[in-house]
Amino acid sequence: MSTLPNPSPSQPDNVPPTHESASPSQWQPALAFRHRMAALWQSIFLLATTVGILSLAVLLYNVMDGSFGLVAYEYKVDPASLTDQPLETLDQAALVALLKERLSKGAFNKLNNEKAFALRSRDEVYQLVLERVVQPKVLATWPLTESLFSRAAIEAEVQAKFPKAQLAFRSWVSSDFILRPMSSEALYAGVRTAVLGSLWLIAITILLALPVGIGAAIYLQEYAAETWLNRLIQTNINNLAGVPSIVYGMLGLAIFVRTLEPLTSGALVGVRDSNGRTILAAGLTMALLILPLIIINAQEAIKAVPNSLRQAAYGLGATRWQTIWSHVLPNALPGILTGSILAISRAIGETAPLIVIGASTFITVDPSGPFSKFTALPIQIYNWTSRPQGEFRHIAAAAILVLLVLLLSMNAGAILLRNHFSRRY
Amino acid sequence: MATPTLRVRNGLLVDNSRIASTSAQDLKKRHRPAEALIQGFLFLCGLLSIVTTLGIVIVLGREAWLFFGSPEVDLREFFGTFTWQPAIGKFGIWPLVNATFMTSLAAMLVAAPLGLSAAIYLSEYASPRARSFLKPTLEVLAGVPTVVYGFFALTFMTPLLRMLFGVNTVQIYNTASAGIVMGIMILPLITSISEDALSAVPRSLREAAYALGATKLETAVQVVVPAAVSGIAAACILGISRAVGETMIVAIAAGSGPAFTFNPFQAAETMTGHIARISGGDLSYGSIDYSSIFAIGLMLFLITLVLNLISQRIVARFREKYE
Repeated sequence: MSTLPNPSPSQPDNVPPTHESASPSQWQPALAFRHRMAALWQSIFLLATTVGILSLAVLLYNVMDGSFGLVAYEYKVDPASLTDQPLETLDQAALVALLKERLSKGAFNKLNNEKAFALRSRDEVYQLVLERVVQPKVLATWPLTESLFSRAAIEAEVQAKFPKAQLAFRSWVSSDFILRPMSSEALYAGVRTAVLGSLWLIAITILLALPVGIGAAIYLQEYAAETWLNRLIQTNINNLAGVPSIVYGMLGLAIFVRTLEPLTSGALVGVRDSNGRTILAAGLTMALLILPLIIINAQEAIKAVPNSLRQAAYGLGATRWQTIWSHVLPNALPGILTGSILAISRAIGETAPLIVIGASTFITVDPSGPFSKFTALPIQIYNWTSRPQGEFRHIAAAAILVLLVLLLSMNAGAILLRNHFSRRY
Repeated sequence: MATPTLRVRNGLLVDNSRIASTSAQDLKKRHRPAEALIQGFLFLCGLLSIVTTLGIVIVLGREAWLFFGSPEVDLREFFGTFTWQPAIGKFGIWPLVNATFMTSLAAMLVAAPLGLSAAIYLSEYASPRARSFLKPTLEVLAGVPTVVYGFFALTFMTPLLRMLFGVNTVQIYNTASAGIVMGIMILPLITSISEDALSAVPRSLREAAYALGATKLETAVQVVVPAAVSGIAAACILGISRAVGETMIVAIAAGSGPAFTFNPFQAAETMTGHIARISGGDLSYGSIDYSSIFAIGLMLFLITLVLNLISQRIVARFREKYE
């Protein structure tokens, strides 16, 4: 500002400065430069914001790209050599006969013992024939973009490299993928056990964390006087929210998996075949992990309830708990619900504590209760991502898609609930 | 039947007989056991958080004590040597700390400038309509599970880096890729907290700056940002704390195997990554491996605790009050 040309003091007051002498460039030689800088930085700030949005888009694109694409595979046994009719047209009896003929007696009986062939549907038997007899093997995979835009090149490559192979477009995420249990073959692997494990885990987490979290929030907001203990609790909760999730995993490993093993393994209620690495132990750990988040969110919601409501209730002679139960809580409910659902979505995506607690990575049996061993969706994603074979990257992407849809529907639910219950003052 | 005796008290006509029947006994606070029970239960809910913290401190402290008490380790080796190889009994923490430092640094190099710029844009430039679209979208980014970011780092960022800098320079697992993606992960955190701080700066300050002839940029950078600097600093420290404690991205993309290197394109294992890998295998309780991860966990806990406390202190101490 020091460069501003000062009107000379000798100038008479009654002569206004002429328009020519007051042109911006004369008043402030740097003005044009300053405006250019302002415009430049405005676009830089906009760019930074766009980078954030863009990375979200790229991330989603990357997942979609992996979830679909071309697959080159080869049959160990050519289906045409099995029967004279095409395999798809065979009925159940013929398929079972084929299995009996091709599999060793032990393997056939084992399958029959798992579930009798008479009880299996034709589709199940057909899948078995494919999996056990025909045994397709993935030779190479391509992501979606490449599959769409350079299909000719891929076809030529397959022709040259694997003359016997077949090329097909595959959607790695499908209803089969969601309904099938885990398998060591990427083509047959599914996420059913993982999704069920995640759902069990979430149910236990909600049951434990929600009442306790809301209770603590009510205490801190409605009852707690300004004592050192209550201040300590509040500070402590804020700090707990910043503790890395893997530390909670170690807490869970030491306390719930080891020290409380009789409880978490179910030995106290008569379950024998399990150690402490169960759904219950994981649920307890997750509950502790999201507790601070639930408390902080619920506190905000309770804080937002206007004081006049409480005073009206007290004025009519309601007790403290009556006031809270029938006036404060109903009004804070939408906020509490939204906050809790956000906390729970965090629990669904958490992986690190589950790894430390020891979730199984390979498990084909559905979880049957709080005392069973389990795997969860994020654990499965981690496991598949870490494998070197390309086809596992694709099922990891497909599992991510399932996880994101799960989270998205929960968040949409949160918004709907909030809109349904929200009141304004 | 007694006739009601009326008299004036405090300017009000009062029915004297009613007053007489409401004895002092009735006006005393009534004893309500159910209310007290409920309050007690709610207090216990609150107390659970203290128990959790104590649990963390005791568990980590006890196992770490066992670790440092074992004949194979001593504190001087732990903080004074540069090799971490439990298999041959070498326990120098620095390779793990260094890798954590490298990934967190990369994350902050991405997240701090981008996050602050985005916060300035959202609070100072964006129209309410643009803001109502941009802010929730950025918050979606914060809701994506970290394992998905790990997948993103390994299948997108690493190939991109290898394409840009050459396959021979950039290893398949490297700290740069993990760090950059981690920066994207904490970007919304920094944006959101800084934006809150910027929006809390009163309008009058901006108007005063405009009145003095400042451009929008000058107002934002020389008036609004300095006024909100405590909130921005707190956001950055919180971001560092999040980066230090982040596990899945580094476990997937940064490599498995402790290595003391300052080259961001080489594989190195962070503290969190090491804990995840060691505990992912079959870990026998009471082994030196088992207690070693608790010693690392204790360090991690202390580092993040100190960072969080500093962040809270900054907000409480240096907040500019304008009311």
